[in-house]
Amino acid sequence: MTVMSYLSAIGAAQREAMDADDRVIIIGEDVEANVYGTTGGGKSRSIEGDFLQRYGKNRIRNTPISEEGIVGAAAGAAMTGLRPIVDLSYSSFLYMAMDQFVNQVAKNRYMFGGQASMPVVFRSAMFYGLNTGAHHSDRPYPMFMNVPGLKIIAPATPADAKGLLRSAVDSDDPVLSFEACLLWSTKEDVDEDEFWVPLGVARTAREGTDVTVVAISSSVPEAVAAAEELAKEGVSVEVIDPRTLVPLDRNAILRSVAKTGRLVVAEPAHRTCGAAAEISALVAEEIFDSLRAPIIRVTAPDMQIPFSPSLEKQMYPTKASIAAAIRRVVDLPALEPVAAAV
Amino acid sequence: MAELARDTLREMQLRMLRIRAFDERASKMVKRGHIPGTVHTSIGQEAQVVGATMALGTGDYMSGNHRSHGHPIGKGSPLGPLMAELVGKATGVCKGKGGSLHLADFAVGSLGESGIVGSSIPIANGAALSSKVLNNGKVALAFFGDGAANQGVLYESMNMAGVWDLPMIFLCENNQYALSTPAHTVTSGIISERAAGFGMPGIRVEEGQDVLAVYDAVSAAVARARAGDGPTLVEVITYRYNEHSEGLKLGTDYRNADEREAWLKKDPIVLFRQYLASQGFSEEELDGLQATALAEVDAAVAFSDASPYPDLSVAFDDLYTDKESVA
Repeated sequence: MTVMSYLSAIGAAQREAMDADDRVIIIGEDVEANVYGTTGGGKSRSIEGDFLQRYGKNRIRNTPISEEGIVGAAAGAAMTGLRPIVDLSYSSFLYMAMDQFVNQVAKNRYMFGGQASMPVVFRSAMFYGLNTGAHHSDRPYPMFMNVPGLKIIAPATPADAKGLLRSAVDSDDPVLSFEACLLWSTKEDVDEDEFWVPLGVARTAREGTDVTVVAISSSVPEAVAAAEELAKEGVSVEVIDPRTLVPLDRNAILRSVAKTGRLVVAEPAHRTCGAAAEISALVAEEIFDSLRAPIIRVTAPDMQIPFSPSLEKQMYPTKASIAAAIRRVVDLPALEPVAAAV
Repeated sequence: MAELARDTLREMQLRMLRIRAFDERASKMVKRGHIPGTVHTSIGQEAQVVGATMALGTGDYMSGNHRSHGHPIGKGSPLGPLMAELVGKATGVCKGKGGSLHLADFAVGSLGESGIVGSSIPIANGAALSSKVLNNGKVALAFFGDGAANQGVLYESMNMAGVWDLPMIFLCENNQYALSTPAHTVTSGIISERAAGFGMPGIRVEEGQDVLAVYDAVSAAVARARAGDGPTLVEVITYRYNEHSEGLKLGTDYRNADEREAWLKKDPIVLFRQYLASQGFSEEELDGLQATALAEVDAAVAFSDASPYPDLSVAFDDLYTDKESVA
C-alpha cells in the first residue's frame, strides 16, 4: 500500500493499463504535457514517469479542440482494434460531442446487431465547487444515464478511481468516467499493485442500521461526515456509494434500505431526473413496504451555478444538508434551518 | 491509369447492376408495403459508389450515410442478409435491428451507415487512426453527401486526419441536392477546394457517372494513404434519379426536368456497358451480367421471404457485451 491522491490513482491506473495492453492509447487535449496530472509520474511532469517519454507519440496523442471529432474517432478506433482512453478534461465539454455519444458510441453495437464492440473510456472532470462559473461547473452524468448503451462510473475515493478505471479500460463497452475535481487531492492508502473494482458493484462506505444514505461522487465524504455526526446522537447511518451508475447495483441499495427502512439520496447533480430520482423511484417501486419514512433527496437545485463563492457554496449537498435530511427521516428535531438544497 | 484486368471490369459492371437491381426492387417493396418505413436509393449514383468501393481492398474500412445500400453492395456484401435487414428479418445483416439506414457488414469492412448527416465521418477517421497506430496497412474511407459537407464534424475530422497523416479518404458524393435544397444555394465555394485549408489534396471528379474516372481518382487517394502520405478529399459529381426517399411526394418541383433528362443520358451503367463492348465484351456476356444481378436480387428476396421475423427477445440483446448491465 502507498498513499495516493485521487488524481495520482487515476494516473497509476492509466500507466498500468498502458503497460498491460499495447492497444490502449490516450488521446485528448493537453495529455502530452500532463496538464491535468494523469499522464505523468506524479502531481507534475517528471522525467521518469512521463507518459509521452514512456509510451511515445503513437500512443499518447494531443488532440485539437474538436470534441465531436475526437469522440467519433475514438469510437471508430475502438470498433477497429484499439482501446482508447479519451481525456475530455471538463465534463461540460461532452456536450460538444453529444451526437457522437448518443448516436454512435451508444447505438452502434445495438444497431449493427452486435457486430461492433466499443472498448473505449471517456474521462472527464466535473469542476463544480471551484468558482469557475456556469460553463465549467456541470455534473452532467444523469443525462448520460438516460442513454442506453453507455456505462457510467463516478468514483469517490482514490482506490475506487484506480480500480474502476482498470475495469473500465478492460470493458468491451463504452464507459464514461465522471471524476470530481473537488476530490482530486483526497488521499488514502491504495494498493500499488494492479487491482480491479468491478463495474456495477456498490461500496458500503459506512455500516449502519437506522438510515441508508446513498451518496454519489463528492457527496460521499459529506455523507460519511454527516453519519459520524449523527452517530453521536445515537443514530446509526449506513452510507452506500454506488460507484457505478450504469449498471447500478440495485440489490445493494435495496438490501440496505430493506434493513434500515429509511432512505436519503445525496448527489451534486440537478434534482429533476437525476440519479437520486432514479434511486428513489427504484426503492419506492421495489420495497415500498419496507419504508418507515418518506424518501428525501438532497441534490443541487434545478438552477444554474453562480460564480460568486458566497453564492456557489450553497448549491451542492453538504454535511449539514445531508445531516438535516437524516434528522427528518428519523424524526429528530432540526438543529437549525438549512438554506441549501433540500 | 493502369490497365485493368477483364475480371475487374466485369466485376465493376456487375456491382453497379447489383446496386441498380437491388434498389429498384427495394423501391417497389416500399411502395407495396413489403419494406417498412422508407429507403434512400443509390439509383443513378452507381459509378460513384462502385468506383470508390472497388478502389478499396476487402480489408479496408468504410463508413456510410442514409443513402446506404450501395456502399455495402459495392464493398462486396452478399445481398440476402442486406435485403432481409431492409424487411426486418432475423437473418438480416444486423439481425433486423438496424434497417435500411443502419446497414453494416463488418466482414467486408463496412463499419455502418448512418441516419445522422455527417455523423459517421469520424468513425472512419477513427478506423484510420487504428490502422496508423497498429501499423496494419489498412485505409479508411468516409462516404458523405453534399449536405454533410456543411457539417462541422467533417472539418474537425479533416483537420485531425491531416495533422496525424491518417490513411483516410473523405469521399463527398455530391448529388447536388440535400433533400430538396440545391447544394449551390447552401454551400459556399467548391467543396473539393476546401481540402487546401487542411493541407491535403482535393480532387473533383466532374465525370462522376464514369466508374473508371471515380476508380482512378480514389485509387490514387488510396495509394497515397497506404504509402503514409495522409488523407485526400475526393468530391464526385453525380445525380440521384429517384426522390430523396421512396414514397416521398413533394409539392414543389425543385429539380428541373431537363436536368434530369440530361443526366439520364449519362447513365453510368449504359456508359460502362458501351465501354465494355468497345473492349471486346460480347453482347451475350453483358446481357448475362444483367441477368446475374437480377437473379441475385430474386434470390435475396426469396432468402428474406423464407426467413422468420426475429424473436421478441432479440430487441433486448446487443446493447452491451454482457446482459447483466441491462437495467
